[in-house]
Amino acid sequence: MDRDSEGRRAFLKGAVAGSAAAVTTALPGTASAQAAGSKATASAPATAGYVFLTPDEGAFIEAVVDHMVPADALTPKGTDLGLHIYIDRALASGWGKGERLYRQGPWKQGTGNQGYQLPLTPSELYRAAIPAADAACVKAYGKTFDKVTPEQREAFLVAMQQGKVTLENGPPVRIFFGMLYQNVMEGMFADPIYGGNRDKAGWKLVNFPGVIATNQQNIDKFRDRRMPTNPLGIADIS
Amino acid sequence: MAARKLKEVDAVIIGLGWTGGILAKELSEAGLKVVALERGRMTTTEADFQLQQVRDELRYVQRQEMMQDASRDTVTMRNTPKQDALPVRRLGSFLPGEAVGGSGLHWSGGTWRWSDNEFKVRSLYEQRYGSKFISAEMSDLRDWGISYAELERYYDKFEYMAAVSGKAGNLNGRIQPGGNPFESPRAREYPLPPLKNVLSSQLFAEAATKAGYHPFPRPAANASRAYTNPDGASFGGCQYCGFCQRFGCEANAKASPHITVVPAALKSQNFELRTNAWVTQILKDPSAKRVTGVLYTNLLTGEELEQPASMVMLCTFTMNNTHMMLLSGIGQPYDPATQTGVIGRNYCYETRTGANLFFEGRTFNRFISAGGTNWVIDDFNANWDFDRAPHGFVGGYIVSAGHNTNLPIGNRPVPGGTPAWGTAWKQALAKWSDASMSITSSGGSMPHRYNYLDLDPTYKNAFNQPLLRMTFDFKENEHRMNAHAAQVVNELAKSLNATRMGSASGKPQSWTVVPYLSTHNGGGTPMGTDPKTSAVNPFLQSWDAHNLFVMGANVFPHNGAYQPTGLVGALAYRTADIIKSRYLKNPGPLVSA
Repeated sequence: MDRDSEGRRAFLKGAVAGSAAAVTTALPGTASAQAAGSKATASAPATAGYVFLTPDEGAFIEAVVDHMVPADALTPKGTDLGLHIYIDRALASGWGKGERLYRQGPWKQGTGNQGYQLPLTPSELYRAAIPAADAACVKAYGKTFDKVTPEQREAFLVAMQQGKVTLENGPPVRIFFGMLYQNVMEGMFADPIYGGNRDKAGWKLVNFPGVIATNQQNIDKFRDRRMPTNPLGIADIS
Repeated sequence: MAARKLKEVDAVIIGLGWTGGILAKELSEAGLKVVALERGRMTTTEADFQLQQVRDELRYVQRQEMMQDASRDTVTMRNTPKQDALPVRRLGSFLPGEAVGGSGLHWSGGTWRWSDNEFKVRSLYEQRYGSKFISAEMSDLRDWGISYAELERYYDKFEYMAAVSGKAGNLNGRIQPGGNPFESPRAREYPLPPLKNVLSSQLFAEAATKAGYHPFPRPAANASRAYTNPDGASFGGCQYCGFCQRFGCEANAKASPHITVVPAALKSQNFELRTNAWVTQILKDPSAKRVTGVLYTNLLTGEELEQPASMVMLCTFTMNNTHMMLLSGIGQPYDPATQTGVIGRNYCYETRTGANLFFEGRTFNRFISAGGTNWVIDDFNANWDFDRAPHGFVGGYIVSAGHNTNLPIGNRPVPGGTPAWGTAWKQALAKWSDASMSITSSGGSMPHRYNYLDLDPTYKNAFNQPLLRMTFDFKENEHRMNAHAAQVVNELAKSLNATRMGSASGKPQSWTVVPYLSTHNGGGTPMGTDPKTSAVNPFLQSWDAHNLFVMGANVFPHNGAYQPTGLVGALAYRTADIIKSRYLKNPGPLVSA
């Protein structure tokens, strides 16, 4: 299993190198500043280039994560937590390329009880869905998702969640939205080594203690009162 | 190209989880030359479950690192025989493990002694409620051909091997305070005292006591303090880290084959373990009622090999055992149209429902837990005084609470009506997620004519063999049981006066492959006393090949409310004993057909 962690680190290093050549999509400066300024996030990706997302896809994802996780008294906004980076890295990872996914046909839609039946890997699903979602947004509001007002973003996301948007030449909208929402949650609450949950802001929100959990005494000591936590991630004690 | 034929051994074991590990140890210690073929890789705590890497929810829960790789082998599913079955493309409802240790690596440790009520289910219900109480479509409901009394010593052996922590409720017929008063009599206490409770199990226990029920700590193979088992395996004390289900244990506090029976077997010169060895077929001698060995592929080289053996032990996960029998053509496949055949018969699952409670001002510290921090009531399961007549169902359910393995990606409780994102969502998470607990029921599942397993006509695995096809849905018996369970759960939940509550649903449910439900699948190669309706006899010996023994919950003719592993382990120890004491002296059928 160490092998996989090493692989991931190497992969992230590669991502950093790759980003220099790549991209017009700039990240908010605050994210880099936070990453540079905090020991705890030292192993989070220091730069923000995308290894999978195109600039247009990146703009869509950034708008989604900033809308779902706005800056407020509880956390910084989604891009400042690295949620877009998390999604980009996930789509470029083995999972995004269909690892552990049975991929043989024939392909049929099936009943709801039969689960995921599309011939698409997660990265293929995103690639097909985002332009279709943006096209639907243009049709509804005259602009792509990243350019519409917060009220319009809210209405469009709710409509996607409820299956009221049609993704022309794209996958069923509920399947895309379900995966997108799950990935936003993963970015928010997975260990920061995956690129999201920067400064463990997601963990702090729910008082999750992170990787150190020796609770033989705490189980009684903190009965019905909040256990003070200063969450540590995998990179903090590597 | 013909497979390279290896030298014959006394026994070949397919799959090295709990049952394979138990047989590996017992048979090699008895002097037999034993080879185990495991399609996954080697596992050790030192290499695989060290801090900090092991505490990674994304890797082990969402990405399912220790589970069967569905891209190579999965099942197809449908709810009724009229539908087209489609592949389970990503595992969801159940999660078989794939490595040395199998699902024993990632279980929570729930360990129960199934009682005589289960093994004598048909005769007890007919005697008390009349034969019409069991519907025609449940005609495969049967007595198992075993008794609690003959299993007691094997339950005991498993519990002491696996560091089970609990409190006896019935010692030699005397009811003990603090334990389960409905359990069958045990000869001695658990090897270790119960784990500590948490606030949610404490509140549940108080409510259950007030309602007149009999709560007790769930027995679990999580060592409540440091322990050395009779085979010399060392356990650390449980640290209530909250990463139990789906994870390996870095403290060696959770019993697993890779720290107990497997290293014990590896001490013997008679035992050889081959990992990355994928068995495709059990070979049979068409002229005699026996098998001759197995065909397997070395996954590291692609080479196909034949391993001849005097005995074959089929020890993979529940459904995979049924799959192997079908792929090997051993035993007649079950046909629901005529209700003939035995392989794939009696496939059963599990029913669940639950209520979510939110208490303003309370703090559960829900990330502190172990597999055994749950408390349970058995008043609607092993309690034979519970009258099923007015409710019309066979079997029972347990009810429990206690925050086993809540982690932040997968477990984000907020009251109903909360937005799914935005500031209001974050505020609700901050306010409610650690002020919440749930009460859940887990119920049995009875055989039904149209719930069964066979080979899929369309989809294939990585070896171009047909996938196993599951045809399953919950039926009237489960619906009635669930309706009753929801009522009991909701009454208990209401008595706790939570600020907000999401009630348990008692409505009929249909089985779906998402989300996760339970890895307590049962049946497919049911045991019994009649070779026309069972795949194996009560010693788990194939009726069709006397030197083939089939382990696992696939031998259960129905599924009870308890977790299966305690019984699975006890049955494996019993089979090992009968092989040593009787079979080796006179190889042949142990029960005459």
